[in-house]
Amino acid sequence: MVGICSYAGYIPRYRLDRMTVFSAMGWFNPATIMNASGEKAVANFDEDSITMAAAAGLKCTKDLDAEQFGAVYFASTTAPFKERQNATIVAGALGLNEEIRAADFAGSLKSGTTALLAAIEYAAMTEGEMALACAADCRLGRAGSVQEMVFGDGGAAFAVGSAGVIAEYKGSYSISCDFVDHLRGANSKYDRQWEERWIRDVGYDRLIPQVIGGICKKYGLQLAELAKVIYPCYYPGARKKINHKLGLRPDQVQDDLMMDAGDTGSAHPLMMLAAALETASPGEKLLVVSYGNGCDALLFEVTAVIEKFPNRNRVSDAVKNNIELASYLKYLIWREMLPVEIGMRGEEEKLTRWSVAWRSRKAILSLQGTRCRQCGTQQYPPQRICVNPDCGAIDHMEPAALAAGGGKIVSFTSDLLAATTNPPAIYGTVDFSGGGRNMMDFTDCVLEDLKVGGPVSFTFRIKYIDPRRDTTFYFWKAVPVKEVTEGG
Amino acid sequence: MAEGIRDKVVVLGMGCSVFGERWEDDSSDLILEAYLECIEDAGIEKKDIQAAWVGNHIDEVNIGKGGCYLASTLHLPYIPVTRVENFCASGTEAFRGACYAVASGAYDIAMAAGVEKLKDVGYGGLPDSPIFGQLYRLLSPNATAPGMFALLATAYSTHYGMPMEKIKEALTHISWKSHQNGAMNPRAHLRKEISESQIADSPFIAYPLGLFDCCGVSDGAAMAIVTTPEIGAKLKPNQELVRVKSLQISVSSGEELIYNKWNGCSLPTTRLAAELAYREAGVTSPREEIGMLEVHDCFSVTEMVTMEDLQISLPGKAPEDIMSGFYDLDGQVPCQPDGGLKCFGHPIGASGLRMIYEIYSQLLRRWPEERLVKEPKLGLTHNLGGVPFQNVCSISILGLD
Repeated sequence: MVGICSYAGYIPRYRLDRMTVFSAMGWFNPATIMNASGEKAVANFDEDSITMAAAAGLKCTKDLDAEQFGAVYFASTTAPFKERQNATIVAGALGLNEEIRAADFAGSLKSGTTALLAAIEYAAMTEGEMALACAADCRLGRAGSVQEMVFGDGGAAFAVGSAGVIAEYKGSYSISCDFVDHLRGANSKYDRQWEERWIRDVGYDRLIPQVIGGICKKYGLQLAELAKVIYPCYYPGARKKINHKLGLRPDQVQDDLMMDAGDTGSAHPLMMLAAALETASPGEKLLVVSYGNGCDALLFEVTAVIEKFPNRNRVSDAVKNNIELASYLKYLIWREMLPVEIGMRGEEEKLTRWSVAWRSRKAILSLQGTRCRQCGTQQYPPQRICVNPDCGAIDHMEPAALAAGGGKIVSFTSDLLAATTNPPAIYGTVDFSGGGRNMMDFTDCVLEDLKVGGPVSFTFRIKYIDPRRDTTFYFWKAVPVKEVTEGG
Repeated sequence: MAEGIRDKVVVLGMGCSVFGERWEDDSSDLILEAYLECIEDAGIEKKDIQAAWVGNHIDEVNIGKGGCYLASTLHLPYIPVTRVENFCASGTEAFRGACYAVASGAYDIAMAAGVEKLKDVGYGGLPDSPIFGQLYRLLSPNATAPGMFALLATAYSTHYGMPMEKIKEALTHISWKSHQNGAMNPRAHLRKEISESQIADSPFIAYPLGLFDCCGVSDGAAMAIVTTPEIGAKLKPNQELVRVKSLQISVSSGEELIYNKWNGCSLPTTRLAAELAYREAGVTSPREEIGMLEVHDCFSVTEMVTMEDLQISLPGKAPEDIMSGFYDLDGQVPCQPDGGLKCFGHPIGASGLRMIYEIYSQLLRRWPEERLVKEPKLGLTHNLGGVPFQNVCSISILGLD
């Protein structure tokens, strides 16, 4: 048996009320009032598809053994790099081995499900090894566009394998056709879209029933026996029409998260599948369909293992962890849609010395430190001479993975002088759980969220962007953890 | 057995340029300004200088690397010139080089210069640069100097359980006092008295530090010529000579940065350098014996914790001493009588020598009555280069014969 062993969705913390967008841009395109309900999830200034895929991946692999993974696939239409493998960066952030297969899936909104299929095939072929499929998107719409309203940022991740399967893979059916409802050339920031009526009536309304019909025929399925039919379609009218055409009962329809997050692109069908798994019961059949230059349809059957699966609410928790981004201008600046004066300090040299980064890649990508085998002192960044003055052992170190353990705040400040597109820069000293200390940026917080001794978790984020060389560099930041009271 | 530097070197002459935004002047003009005063004060000629050291931190702006800039500015006749860099301790490092050269017997007369031209950076504050190397740049936060020193305040507040409001009061008084002193000093960069409420209400730069908790970023140069006590006595037979009583440097071991034991608000470098300096100078009770201080008040909070690390105030008691006026110009141990980094200004490579210049001038009673510290026997200078968790601390103690 091969199938899903773990899942997670990641929705960035900031939400832009669509009426905030409309208040700013409605004068320009009054028709967007049709799309102006609910919220869109917005990546923080230091997030992109890689960091969101890593966040989903970390949540997904939290209880799994990193050694078991043989492949990592990353899908996105907004990958930060055309060349430099995005999946390998994600794998590094997850602290996985370097002896793995990694691949980027791109070019279509169905790339997320295609990556999942590839992962399933990898697991099926290798018997025993696990594979991870992550997808994330951070798509932009021009100011005042429908896309700006409907797109949301987010990521999802699925671990597949043959042990501890919570949803068995039962088969798939795919269509690939050059239906160009929208496209983004290699050098473009924004989509170019054909007429919406055509997309709705010829795109969604024909292709989705066609692929669902195809998989049903292939496996002799009756639609009525499916617990959920999961597919993206951000036109509510078209969605209603398709549901009606397919004869779906209301309980078979999976919520599309449009009110809470928006259309998260290549991650969207996977995000919806993860949400469906939160409430799925053993024996239920789930059909997930993607849409983009054709469709993939994948069929899963939920197993009894799901009842023992820990923390199942891996999308709804992310939906609940939100804070309003009250300023539309802040959104434009974070996404580099509006030139902003960050001052000459921000122009200082940001050349990334790749040979330096290579030597310390475990420290940078995986937040790996060292632990002294002689005295047990954990330290970061990796040391050769033990920092404990009473020890000082030389070259008696073993690796210490620090990312998952979190830490606590030792000191902090909020700096208005530092050059950033999200002032003030908040940073300070953090002690790692189990020992070791580092100066770190804090993110997803305001000054008032910080207190000395307060707990933090670590998140993989953009450290800096070097616009001159079109390079993004990643590192870990600390996020203050809100103490949640049980049942609160 | 090493004997240390005590009483082996005297200061023959000193000079210090006006500090400030010297828009019309290059580093060479600043150097010349300090040199003219210094060489006249020393009463020697250029050809008598046998070796020179020049302290400078940000070589990218104006002076470049190596010793050539100083040598060719003054057209020093092919003598050894060494550029030294050790963050904000660079000026004191230059002085240490010259003193050690004389004390070793290698030279009779040596020069120490410090210079920094910061107002060609193009923006306020210090320029952003990978001061701890390339890897650290990739692993460290998007930080500035005020932010990293501000961390002292949150750590202090936690360590002593002291409310931030109480700390802010002391920090405000520190800046107020330095402005009072700086206002009287014709060479200081910032020469305006300001009220405590103006300081307390100034906009935040990095919590909890406001604009007036930060020192001036200035252009300037300072210089010293040193020799042995014997030669000094011969050259200046009828004058009191200022002697070097101790010179100490302590550099972070890396523990503050990555080991969990550090409390974040007391600097082991300053503590150790002070301890060694007192021992070298024969000081047993610093609070009673040290007559004046010029310390590294890059930010008000640095001055506050330094008062404790120098063992002048007891741990956790600096705010109390500060508020009682203990460190004011008319207090028991005046601190920053020339205005300090806060108001005299902070051209990094020059600052250590500027502090020594102030002690030297006070000891020789060269200032007008209103600026004079009452009869100091010993004066102490302190630089803290880098950041609280990764720094170079230098201390000098000077006194009369």
